Amino acid sequence: MAAAQAVEEMRSRVVLEEFGVRNVHTTDFPGNYSGYDDAWDQDRFEKNFRVDVVHMDENSLEFDMVGIDAAIANAFRRILLAEVPTMAVEKVLVYNNTSIVQDEILAHRLGLIPIHADPRLFEYRNQGEEEGTEIDTLQFRLQVRCTRNPHAAKDSSDPNELYVNHKVYTRHMTWVPLGNQADLFPEGTIRPVHDDILIAQLRPGQEIDLLMQCVKGIGKKVARVANPRLDTFSREVFRNEKLKKVVRLARVRDHYIFSVESTGVLPPEVLVSEAIKVLMGKCRRFLDELDAVQMD
Amino acid sequence: MEEDQELERKISGLKTQMAEGERKTALEMVQAAGTDRHCVTFVLHEEDHTLGNSLRYMIMKNPEVEFCGYTTTHPSESKINLRIQTRGALPAVEPFQRGLTELMNVCQHVLDKFEASIKEYKDHKAGRKESTF
Repeated sequence: MAAAQAVEEMRSRVVLEEFGVRNVHTTDFPGNYSGYDDAWDQDRFEKNFRVDVVHMDENSLEFDMVGIDAAIANAFRRILLAEVPTMAVEKVLVYNNTSIVQDEILAHRLGLIPIHADPRLFEYRNQGEEEGTEIDTLQFRLQVRCTRNPHAAKDSSDPNELYVNHKVYTRHMTWVPLGNQADLFPEGTIRPVHDDILIAQLRPGQEIDLLMQCVKGIGKKVARVANPRLDTFSREVFRNEKLKKVVRLARVRDHYIFSVESTGVLPPEVLVSEAIKVLMGKCRRFLDELDAVQMD
Repeated sequence: MEEDQELERKISGLKTQMAEGERKTALEMVQAAGTDRHCVTFVLHEEDHTLGNSLRYMIMKNPEVEFCGYTTTHPSESKINLRIQTRGALPAVEPFQRGLTELMNVCQHVLDKFEASIKEYKDHKAGRKESTF
């Protein structure tokens, strides 16, 4: 009886003890346990698998995935963080920058701004192509000049009163449609997600005048297009002397709680769907490779 | 109209060019001298733990596989070595292909269940909103 229970626990629970964690790795592979048939069975998986949405709003989503292994759940998490494509500024053509912020710092900051454009409507840019075409590039113009406010009070020291345009926000970015983009995207849909992100600060006489080109990319190659955040559990109970002996903490091995927060470009449920499709695309790519190799 | 057609043709032309360039380097198979086809190391380029670990799990679930493991060669290189050894004389390509197909089926099922769950949640919320009026 006890042996059977111990085996069950080893197979299905990750145990958290005071000084460490036990049974971390998945062990239910064929041949490891006598009496269990652990070969992959798609029907058994489909019967046991379920998804429960706990909470959803326009920027965050919390759901549970039950009946799936850590390897695959982790693959989805990694893809959500780094491989779901988005549009982000990659090239900045600086015509004039007399601000205190150096060109490269300014360009780096611009690259981190999330751009509200559905990346599924764009193609990847081919390597080595200098000019962007309308199918793979979005252009934005940022032109701000700071001047002194002639109507300010003589003894005022508040920069908001003394200067005009001294803070450069994302709302100063204007979209420059290329080719037929003006017909495809209605006015106001292509913009930065938030219009109150502070890009730089200026003083009278300083000016920023630049052109930004956004392309489609994934976090792996361009480490700024990251979209969502994911989350985890407390062992505090082990600090309490009396509770220590009575409490046993264990986690169910195949129950995962996902908490996805989007930067606002795509709704979080679309992000998760795209992440699953990215993993399918990877498998398909290698299956095609295999077919090609076998045909040779 | 004509311009749109021209644009479409240009894009499909570019796509196949890129596909041909990539095909040459995405997957390699390495076999030690003296062994037959049941022990093979696959080198997957432009991949990391994301595909490596999930694929390893699916392949290990196959009872014909005696050994399956993967490793990243070096953090600066984006490729993984995936080794498969099968019992008996089954060629190692077969569990590899089966693992990929099964992983794809898992993803498809997860996608279907997830989208159904989202739809159900949205309908439930819409239903509740209506009933409060």
